[in-house]
Amino acid sequence: MSAPMSVFDIAGRAMSAQVVRLNTVASNMANAGTVSGSEASAYRALKPVFTEVSDAPGVSTVKVSQVVQSATQPTKRHDPENPLADKDGNVWDAGVDSAAELVDMIETQRQYQNNVQVMQTAKQLTLDTLRMEK
Amino acid sequence: MSSDALFGIHGKALEIRSQRMAMLASNIANAATPGFKARDVDFTKALDAATADQPASTDAAVEGNIGYRVPVESSLNGNTVELPVEQTQFAENAVAYKTTLQFLQGRVDTVMQALKGDN
Repeated sequence: MSAPMSVFDIAGRAMSAQVVRLNTVASNMANAGTVSGSEASAYRALKPVFTEVSDAPGVSTVKVSQVVQSATQPTKRHDPENPLADKDGNVWDAGVDSAAELVDMIETQRQYQNNVQVMQTAKQLTLDTLRMEK
Repeated sequence: MSSDALFGIHGKALEIRSQRMAMLASNIANAATPGFKARDVDFTKALDAATADQPASTDAAVEGNIGYRVPVESSLNGNTVELPVEQTQFAENAVAYKTTLQFLQGRVDTVMQALKGDN
């Protein structure tokens, strides 16, 4: 087994995972207004799956094991004027819940911040320890 | 003279504080992981185990005293991390680490003074 994870590994890898989550939120928000000609090709929100990564008891960090499509279904809308409309005059709006994405974004930001704070504290304490016998 | 005679329990205490910091950081890192169970170490018991007669390592002392956090209110996805609790514990642990460091600093200063003699 390699050296046990330090606080820096733990917080750093958690921050990486939160960045992946922020990227999916950005993708989802960017595609929130897209329209598609069929239900199958319509955009569905992407969601990261967080899993715990541990190499010692009680010590673990987090990683994104996969990114899956959310269960939010695209909504069918009757719009015969739209050039993408199928033969029945229907289009599908992207399956993205903008409000939920915004909430997700704020949560991601907070959790990223928490990990930065953890890292800052750990850095300060490590430096204090190093400077002890000055 | 063993180092324990000079630093007392503070060396072990600092190690356990450091390990506890990693555990609390783990809890904060996994705040959004479904099914994650927050853990913590009982500091008093771990220190007792580490300073018991046999030369026990702090790793073993910490491992033997890990417990699961009981959430104030359980969440739907089974995650038991409550950020206010974890952040409070983390801050408290950081202050305690700093305090232990001050004790150690005091001992080091004393020895340095003795070595330097009268000046």
